[in-house]
Amino acid sequence: MALLNINNLRIEFPSRHGTVVAVDDVSLNVQPGEVLGVVGESGAGKSTIGNAVIGLLEPPGEMTEGHVLLKSEQIDTLSLEEKRKIRGRRIGMIFQDPLTSLDPLQTVEQQLVETIDLHLKLGEAKSQERAVDLLRQVGIPEPELRIKNYPHQFSGGMRQRVVIALALCAEPEVIIADEPTTALDVSIQAQILELMRRLCKDKQVGMLIITHDMGVIADITDRVAVMYHGKLVEEGTTEKILGNPDHPYTQSLISAVPRPDVRLRRFPMVNYIEEEGERTKDLDLSTHWLGQARDFDAVEGPLLSLKNLVMTFVTKPAFLKRNRIMFNAVDDVSFDINQGEVFGLVGESGSGKSTVARMVCSLYTPAAGEVNFAGTDLTKIKSQNELDYYRRQMQMIFQDPFSSLNGRMKVLDIVAEPIRFHKLASSNQEVEQIVMDLLDHVGLGAQAAVRFPHEFSGGQRQRISIARALATRPRFLICDEPTSALDVSIQAQVLNLLKDLQEELGLTMLFISHDLPVIRQMCDRVGVMKMGKLVEVSATEDLFENPKAAYTKELLDLMPRLDKLSHEGLELEDA
Amino acid sequence: MIAFIFKRLLQSVVVMLTVALIAFAMFRFVGDPVNNMVGQDTTDTERAQLAESLGLNDPFIVQFGRFAFNAMRGDFGISYKYRRPVSELILERLSATLELSFVSAVLALVVGIPLGVYTALRSKGIISKGIMVLSLMGVSLPTFLIGILLILLFGVVLRWLPTFGRGDVVDIYGWWTTGFLTVSGLKSLILPSITLAIFQLTLIMRLVRAEMLEVLRTDFVKFARARGLPDRAVHFKHALKNTLVPVITITGLQLGALIAFAIITESVFQWPGMGLLFIQAVADVDIPIMAAYLVLIAFFFVVINMVVDILYYAVDPRLRADAAV
Amino acid sequence: MEQAIEKSRLQRFLDGDLWHSFKRNPVAIISFIVTVIMIAAAAFAPLIAPHDPFNLAAIDIMDASVPPAWQEFGDPRFVLGTDDQGRDIFSTILYGARISLIVGFASVIFAMVVGISLGLISGYVGGRTDAFIMRIADIQLSFPSILIALLIDGVARGVVPKEMHTDLSIYVLIFAIGVSGWVQYARTVRGSTLVEKNKEYVQAARVIGIRPLTILWRHVLPNVMGPVMVIATIHLALAIITEATLSFLGVGVPPTTPSLGTLIRIGNEYLFSGDWWITIFPGVALVILVLAVNLLGDWLRDALNPKLR
Repeated sequence: MALLNINNLRIEFPSRHGTVVAVDDVSLNVQPGEVLGVVGESGAGKSTIGNAVIGLLEPPGEMTEGHVLLKSEQIDTLSLEEKRKIRGRRIGMIFQDPLTSLDPLQTVEQQLVETIDLHLKLGEAKSQERAVDLLRQVGIPEPELRIKNYPHQFSGGMRQRVVIALALCAEPEVIIADEPTTALDVSIQAQILELMRRLCKDKQVGMLIITHDMGVIADITDRVAVMYHGKLVEEGTTEKILGNPDHPYTQSLISAVPRPDVRLRRFPMVNYIEEEGERTKDLDLSTHWLGQARDFDAVEGPLLSLKNLVMTFVTKPAFLKRNRIMFNAVDDVSFDINQGEVFGLVGESGSGKSTVARMVCSLYTPAAGEVNFAGTDLTKIKSQNELDYYRRQMQMIFQDPFSSLNGRMKVLDIVAEPIRFHKLASSNQEVEQIVMDLLDHVGLGAQAAVRFPHEFSGGQRQRISIARALATRPRFLICDEPTSALDVSIQAQVLNLLKDLQEELGLTMLFISHDLPVIRQMCDRVGVMKMGKLVEVSATEDLFENPKAAYTKELLDLMPRLDKLSHEGLELEDA
Repeated sequence: MIAFIFKRLLQSVVVMLTVALIAFAMFRFVGDPVNNMVGQDTTDTERAQLAESLGLNDPFIVQFGRFAFNAMRGDFGISYKYRRPVSELILERLSATLELSFVSAVLALVVGIPLGVYTALRSKGIISKGIMVLSLMGVSLPTFLIGILLILLFGVVLRWLPTFGRGDVVDIYGWWTTGFLTVSGLKSLILPSITLAIFQLTLIMRLVRAEMLEVLRTDFVKFARARGLPDRAVHFKHALKNTLVPVITITGLQLGALIAFAIITESVFQWPGMGLLFIQAVADVDIPIMAAYLVLIAFFFVVINMVVDILYYAVDPRLRADAAV
Repeated sequence: MEQAIEKSRLQRFLDGDLWHSFKRNPVAIISFIVTVIMIAAAAFAPLIAPHDPFNLAAIDIMDASVPPAWQEFGDPRFVLGTDDQGRDIFSTILYGARISLIVGFASVIFAMVVGISLGLISGYVGGRTDAFIMRIADIQLSFPSILIALLIDGVARGVVPKEMHTDLSIYVLIFAIGVSGWVQYARTVRGSTLVEKNKEYVQAARVIGIRPLTILWRHVLPNVMGPVMVIATIHLALAIITEATLSFLGVGVPPTTPSLGTLIRIGNEYLFSGDWWITIFPGVALVILVLAVNLLGDWLRDALNPKLR
């Protein structure tokens, strides 16, 4: 018998559209000192398992079949009060977002002591000692002082350490961590995973990690269970699942993971989940609408040239100018993008990369510096009408597929808006024809035009966004984290599409991402940003093989090593 | 902390000046002050003299300055109707309104907050649903109608309680009269204070319920449950305290509103307070009283707001924040 | 092929969550029916009312203070009895509800237009414009709406010549109640606008080059209308109450065109003499109307805010 056994679990959510089976006949087990990863894409039902084990299923969710056993003792049939006593005492839980997991009105000490005293009945003084000790174990410097602080006085990574300390309060036998590092930056993610693995081994705790991230799986787990649509499709050691998966879904999933180590031409076999529409390949630009009116002003030298860009934000507003506290989100950034090139900009959150993108497309006005596009400094243009001329040549694709489309408009009107605004078609009929062509071209099919955004999945919405961006017939495309909100296999499809379009239309791209492997797959040259400054610009392969700046080296070191990934059937880019 | 209070004080001064400006504009430009103060048989010379002595020929800013200065000393001029200083008229009635509002405020808070917490925690229960329907009745019943119904039931049909006036009052300090010290004074307070409290009570209850439901859905409550904390600790130690942070602000505003809402109640029960004075002033276009009442309500509001802000500051550590490390 | 996919507006509505939640909620259905009946009865008052309470020739003072038909001394001609002047209570209620509803709807629309416009501008433009509008809103919010309405009413009495009081009083009332209510709309719309304007679909529109006014109208406005409709429904109930209160206090509509509040005021004077029906029936009508509208608003808020379910 293992430490934790989940047998034939089935969880149903009744709704007005019929009963949704979130988890279907899933059996798992966790041994002491072992990290079991449960991996799957959104909607796979993986989080529901964690909630079911600790007896906190969100209503109307219901466990209709199966058992949960902790050390051979059945716990799913216990009374509410008995279940509560197990929570925190024998099974600890760690949630995704450390910023919202702690009570903002109580000090860390109050929350720790409350939990410790509840389970271990140590009394006030002993509990306080243990609380300080726990903070030390999870790597919080000066725990005697910091324990008196409120949660908002800790940074995100530190707060997740506090959350882990809270989960460890009563030395639980099992810890369930639901996407524990998803809300954190890569550098912090690595530290937290290292901490969790160490604690698991030291204390011989069984750990169940629920994640969508193959990097986390590769970093920390001993065994992996792969879930798809509520079902367990495959289970095995981490080496086996990553290196030689059996099930076609796992194969498709693994092949869609962006490689940090090699550059692929395209992502293979990524159509398991969402069938791509038939794309009109071999587009003839001389006859197709997208190919017309592409006789832009010829450019000598780079298409886009940024010179000493600065952007300041007010962090503390005040009536008097001198009392305001300013912060340079972008500080003296200069780089060029040549025609037909994909230029990547990489950095952690808050590094200023998105701010650069927003200055390039005139959403923000720079505090200083030049944005030269096709030889014209856009920051100097005063008239809206003149700016429109350049706006047409330059479009942007945004990060969040759910907020980047106006939910009140039909897809037809969303994609038609730029065509109508820039008067790129003569009649309404022509507009409709173009929109359907475009939708066809991004792999959605023409009939998508009459539907509303909420009828589409995240990946499909991102295709609509791409169609809208293409609708002005631009020559320059800004992609701001275009796939970071998508599941990995959908991400691979969208990245494939962007690659194809870039080639077909000879687009120039500014591609922004926090994800180094994605950057490696997409970009010709890369700029690395840190706290508003550009620390390095190199050709992509040079950057990965031969980083110059210390910060770049650090980022590359923190990148999850996916050495165990299978290399079968991959089409590598010619060097 | 000191900078924070100073900033709030500055804002309060701006609010008071704005309100004073409105009050002054009403006084100066609605109708002719001179006409309102003298009889039909006054000669033009006498009118001109009065205008001069009131300073109506001075520049606007001087007049406003004088008005604001006088208002600060509690001098709002002479009532058109009663021919007596407005400050005297208001002072006579101040204690009646404040006592009524105080009792209602306590009632609204003491009943409203527990009911809100209860309906949030047992949101699916029959009793909660019943309370919610009743509360919607409370919002839908106009205050004056509640008063009328209470009068009909307890005054006309059952004849248990007095339905108008304050009963016997006792003078303290010469200018404050209280109904708390006599039986008839206390009896007289019952119906008006319930009438005045019901609307605020339902508002506070519904607000507490909504906020509490919101807090119960947050991650930190879920995490507290996942740590095995018993419901009692989750609800009252973590959820309730977080609920009360936003509730404090709105409740403060609502209690300030009670003083003004007293207008209706006082009118129904012929309660001799400021509200009754004000409503008569509106009917008679007695501008000095209206202006004074406006400024006074604004003053109460500003004071309550200051208290609320300081409370807020004390409850929420995030406002005393230093940066995250 | 296309017809099969393209759904009509009606069909989309019938498939939508709103209609679904309405169908399953008996309280919402009943309050909707009650509201519709009351509005219809008020609108067609001249056709439905058995008597014309304003035709002096048809009123007989001998019929004064007749109790409801089912009581002793009741008269089958006057189901709910008559008032002190012999007017049929049922008929006066129909006509009174008409005035109450007209004032209610008109002031809600007035407040809505002012509030939405200022809220959109405040949220989208930001900076000092925003600070200015919101400070005014804050100051106004510190006074209960009834006090604002009373002040405007009082000032209007001072400004408008006496002989025009009666003719203008209803417009003054609409203005007073409307002005006292705009803040709610402005704050909500501003809040939603601040959220919406940072959403990527608005930024996408800006990247295309769409001008700010078009963005506000085409993109932002439709997305902030949900909460506005909730406020408008609840505000309608409040506006009807405020009108009744002002009329009850004697500073609302003139007694020649009585609203429900005026009727209650008139009846209140006879409460102690035992003629309870003169004041209670208009009161009941008022409460039913307001309660129905409030229940609708309550349901709408929950239905549009699925988190709460």
